[in-house]
Amino acid sequence: MEWEVVIGLETHAELATRTKLWCDCSTEFGAAPNTHTCPICVGMPGVLPVLNRKAFELALRVAFAFKCKVPPRTFFDRKNYYYPDLPKNYQISQNYCNTGTEGHIDIPVNGGSKRVRIHNVHLEEDAGKNIHPERSDADYSLVDLNRAGVPLLEIVTEPDMRGPEEAQAFMETMRRALLYTEVSECHMEQGHLRFEASISLRAPGAAEYGARVEIKNVNSMKAVTSAIEYEIKRQTRILNEGGKVARETRLWDDAAGATGRMRSKEEAQDYRYFPEPDLIPVTIDDEMRARVMAAVPELPLARKRRFIEAFGLPEYDAGVISDDRRTADFFEEALKTYDNPKAVGNWIMNAMLREMKQRGIGIVELKPKPAQVAALAKIASSDRINSPAAQKVFTIMMDTGDDPEEIIRREGLEQTSDSGDILPLVSKAIADNPKAVADFKSGKASAVKFLMGQVMRMARGKANPQVAEKIIQEELGKM
Amino acid sequence: MSITQKDVEYVANLARLELTGEEKERLARQLGDILDYINMLNRLDTTNVEPMAHAAIEHNVFREDGEPRSITPDETLANAPDRQGDFFKVPKVID
Ligand SMILES: [Zn+2]
Repeated sequence: MEWEVVIGLETHAELATRTKLWCDCSTEFGAAPNTHTCPICVGMPGVLPVLNRKAFELALRVAFAFKCKVPPRTFFDRKNYYYPDLPKNYQISQNYCNTGTEGHIDIPVNGGSKRVRIHNVHLEEDAGKNIHPERSDADYSLVDLNRAGVPLLEIVTEPDMRGPEEAQAFMETMRRALLYTEVSECHMEQGHLRFEASISLRAPGAAEYGARVEIKNVNSMKAVTSAIEYEIKRQTRILNEGGKVARETRLWDDAAGATGRMRSKEEAQDYRYFPEPDLIPVTIDDEMRARVMAAVPELPLARKRRFIEAFGLPEYDAGVISDDRRTADFFEEALKTYDNPKAVGNWIMNAMLREMKQRGIGIVELKPKPAQVAALAKIASSDRINSPAAQKVFTIMMDTGDDPEEIIRREGLEQTSDSGDILPLVSKAIADNPKAVADFKSGKASAVKFLMGQVMRMARGKANPQVAEKIIQEELGKM
Repeated sequence: MSITQKDVEYVANLARLELTGEEKERLARQLGDILDYINMLNRLDTTNVEPMAHAAIEHNVFREDGEPRSITPDETLANAPDRQGDFFKVPKVID
């Protein structure tokens, strides 16, 4: 029988701060072991953590971006457990009062969109790293505490996703949203972004959820999707054989492509949360609320929809331009100079992004300014320069950052539409090519194209092609 | 409020403590006394009283996200029972 798949996802994102959550140690990735440590993040007795303002405000920004309810006051809690990468023997997190609750995020599903509810958004500290020696008989582990105390944002959804495709769409949308809001750099390979899934099955139409299985140890979006697919098969088999799925946490084994049970001893968790006495509560007053709210951008999916609806961009183009916040900002800034979204969009899509890719540069290193690209789009849609000339202007703009007008003047690229300039060239082309004329008379349309080529060559590309063709037709007609 | 030896064993296990029978007995009694004392507070009517997360009146003590600074690995590892290179060396952990 077919079961309904129910998936919830937890997102862990490392926040883009320079220093850790409670101390001045650097958050930079890849440093030599234990070089980013101090008495606070290694859990020395008697030290006092102090909250990083930026980390808190980034967490708040995410809560607002996902339309969460934000309490007037919040505080931190201790989550108690023992593990060598957790030097204090507790993790400072939020349990009793999250930064945000009851929000939502819209994900693209089958050409439309689906709303996934966010249960909560909260701030916590990351743990250090255990390194296991390669020798399997080694009786020790090594610990590096550089990551201990790095600010981590946790975003927990309601079980609103109904299959691996929706989970995949959620992860991609979430990643883009966190990049857009500029709260995390989202480098997956640096562990900036991690996802954990919980999966259950139920009979279609059932009101109650089935027993939930949480999957840990998934290190990439692909692994999450594979783990979900595996778990759906495993649970379907159990249920179809009349069995019961146990509520448990399972570990994903990427090499084996399967989830396995954790030992029950590790599963029995009792974190004994209590309010963190070393930290003072945070009041989210009107001033902070307004300031953080002002930093919340329109999210990518909403922006894409607006580009389609308000600007008439094709779905694909709207997706490409809205994909990166800075590109989308560039586009909208350019429209202030030339309010023709299709023309400006085309230049960004077909010239700018392509050249950027070829040159391996990002938008911050880009020389032309939005107003300059818009100015070129405007010139190119008039008959002042032809298309190859416009392309040439753009390449020079990429090299120099000069104004298109300046480049056209300097390079003499302006085309002429003046029949007084073009007619002598047409006459010469006709006189020099009697065969083409004969071809035209015997009904070969390609003869006009040939003569066009001759005229454009003589004009060194600067003759308006429509005017040139018209004159050629007229002159041939007279013969 | 009575605390059983089983409760003590459960909490001791969470706190990674090994206790003798005599210690368990004594701690059960002491923890029970503490809970009885705290339970006096339960007699107060706290309807409409907002739970208090912290006794300090102060709010919003922040640190700016400024220039990073740390101590050296040698300083960090000075009190470590064992080290290998600049890592802490600990009994084997099974993930
Ligand atoms: Zn530190």
